[in-house]
Amino acid sequence: MKTILIKGGRVIDPSRNFDDRADLLIKDGVIEAVKNGLKAPSGSETIDAQNLVVMPGLIDMHVHLRDPGYEYKEDIITGSRAAAAGGFTAVAAMANTDPVGDDPTTIRYIRERAGSAAVRIYPIGALTKGLEGKEIAELGRMKTAGAVAFSDDGRPVLNGMIMRNALQYAAGLGALIIAHEEDPYLSAKGAMHEGSVSSVLGLRGIPSAAEEAMLARDLMLLETSGGRLHIAHVSTAGSVELIRRAKAEGLKVTAEVTPHHLILTDRAVKNSGYNTNTKVNPPLRAESDRQALWAGLLDGTIDVIASDHAPHHTDDKDVEFDFAPFGIAGLETTLPLMLDEFFSGRIKDLTLPVLVDKMSTAPAQILGLEGGTLQEGGAADITIVDPDRSFIINPETWHSKSRNTPFAGRQLKGAAVFTIVGGRVVMREGVITDQ
Amino acid sequence: MQTLRRKDILGLEEMSAEEITLILETARSMREIIQRKIKKVPTLRGRTVLNLFYEPSTRTKASFELAQKYMSADSVSVAGTSSSLVKGETLKDTVRNVEVMGIECVIMRHPVSGSANYLARNVEASVINAGDGMHEHPTQGLLDMFTILDKKGRLEELKVVIVGDIRHSRVARSNMWGLQKMGAEVVVSAPPTLMPPDMEAFGVKYCPDLEEAVEEADVVMALRLQKERQEGGLFPTLREYAEIYGLTSWSVAKAKDDLLIMHPGPINRGVEISSELADGPRSVVLEQVTGGVAVRMALLYLLMGGVKDE
Repeated sequence: MKTILIKGGRVIDPSRNFDDRADLLIKDGVIEAVKNGLKAPSGSETIDAQNLVVMPGLIDMHVHLRDPGYEYKEDIITGSRAAAAGGFTAVAAMANTDPVGDDPTTIRYIRERAGSAAVRIYPIGALTKGLEGKEIAELGRMKTAGAVAFSDDGRPVLNGMIMRNALQYAAGLGALIIAHEEDPYLSAKGAMHEGSVSSVLGLRGIPSAAEEAMLARDLMLLETSGGRLHIAHVSTAGSVELIRRAKAEGLKVTAEVTPHHLILTDRAVKNSGYNTNTKVNPPLRAESDRQALWAGLLDGTIDVIASDHAPHHTDDKDVEFDFAPFGIAGLETTLPLMLDEFFSGRIKDLTLPVLVDKMSTAPAQILGLEGGTLQEGGAADITIVDPDRSFIINPETWHSKSRNTPFAGRQLKGAAVFTIVGGRVVMREGVITDQ
Repeated sequence: MQTLRRKDILGLEEMSAEEITLILETARSMREIIQRKIKKVPTLRGRTVLNLFYEPSTRTKASFELAQKYMSADSVSVAGTSSSLVKGETLKDTVRNVEVMGIECVIMRHPVSGSANYLARNVEASVINAGDGMHEHPTQGLLDMFTILDKKGRLEELKVVIVGDIRHSRVARSNMWGLQKMGAEVVVSAPPTLMPPDMEAFGVKYCPDLEEAVEEADVVMALRLQKERQEGGLFPTLREYAEIYGLTSWSVAKAKDDLLIMHPGPINRGVEISSELADGPRSVVLEQVTGGVAVRMALLYLLMGGVKDE
């Protein structure tokens, strides 16, 4: 493995509150040194990072890789290449596959396929058997097989007693539960956020209460169950407030938000003329929700930015609105979208170290993964960003099999130019180099 | 004569008062054709239209088909229960296949909101929305305005009450947009469970008390109540609904003598409107249907122009 010297970049490492110019030497897959004035050893590669930003490898803790079972939408290899292209060195993959990832065999299958992937792939096991919300899956055996968390993502655990038992049981294993908060009776058949826009468009609405009611229940259960709960894709102002209060009370709860909920609102459904790429669950909410999500992100209520990468085949999306599946593919847009929010200056108080924390350090800590740091001696998972790179989102050039994004055509500033996993350059200037 | 500068008729929200006026004026001259003994003009001879109905329809379908015949257009009609529609072919594929046979205009009714917008984006032919889900039913809105204009001589400053299941009604949506653009005041009346959430976007007044709503009203329009809504828990029983929100001689007792009573059909007699009112002297339910043919002739004429090959 080649020795690499990353020379003269702005190095941001939230795990050590470090933000300064430094050189970074990678040797044998490990970060050997972070300091100024490092010399390139003979035979090593030097990356001139004079105008670049060097950060710990980004971790997307919420993706759907569709593998096994729905490989026509995405598979572990294409998903990993999309991740590398988007500046991620690791992703955590949800279990709503076919078969469902609810037993050690499927977890092991994913770990094995991950060996050929461009980035690190961490499986998330199902919380209940078949994602049916009826019986707790073999959390312990899956954890041994390599599952990093447990979730029925895509579905809530409807039965409160099952959720309570799952939280208690997982606490004994020290395992993290990730909850998709939705009361399906309240969201029944809804296709977008319930509000004035859904009323005008004549689409059935998903009220904010569908998320908040279930979230409130789970937070109450968490009070007595022990254990750790992570809230997936928070979308409403009410949810942010519930989590803020729970954290203030000392509950072990963390939360994530997606770029599309931070950037778009329900108006996007109307402005795009019912474009099914704006159909996502939880739905794009109102402007007041969007602002509350930013406030929650900046005050620490929301810990993580995750893509909820939900790839779909164009055939599945190119239909009437009600018939299209929910989901936005985000691996190749998340980092540039967030960088653009920062560089544009639209969000007061947003800093690059905050972004790196939400996209690397925090998810590593929550999932208990290596990475999220540029500590000497740690694995050399590194993302290098060019803040001046301008480009237009064009899904036709993606590494993902999917094309479903509401951001196509958007002009952005800032993108990853190197993704380094365990000391190997897997993406260089947009080209995947993992072979 | 002027033509519409648009490819499609998808809804009245996106239409201007000038465009609506042009359509209503054109419809008036079209009605003269319908009143003739020989109801046929050569205007759209050699032009082709597809009627694509993914939902059952009597009035709308018949009136579009008659409009096409009176204008001498050639047309084919495909219904949702026949053909490839039940064989899993997508909407896009179905219409693209028919389009290459030479179709210039597609009339579509579809149960999903936004499907007319989707279709319009994907075909070169003009699309006329004959009702998409709960979104819009622009030709119904136009024919309702045509009928009111005919009876009242104006639309400005009239008070129009729409009563019933506003939430699920595309007819209500098209009428709310259209009538207000034309200067009428719109008041809606319904139980809160049958109102769309966050109604302020429509700019109409809400008055849950029907008796109060129809006072000083010039027009009252009852909407069809779909019986499934009761199973959805949105109101307790049909008889309670009829008693509180049904149009009856009692509920309009305090209204003006020249109140126009309208209903887009099909009617649930004794539920949203009593037979006494539906068949009474103030009812224009059948005039609405006649106006429907004239309005649809006007739209075909204005969209297809009759002069395309020059």
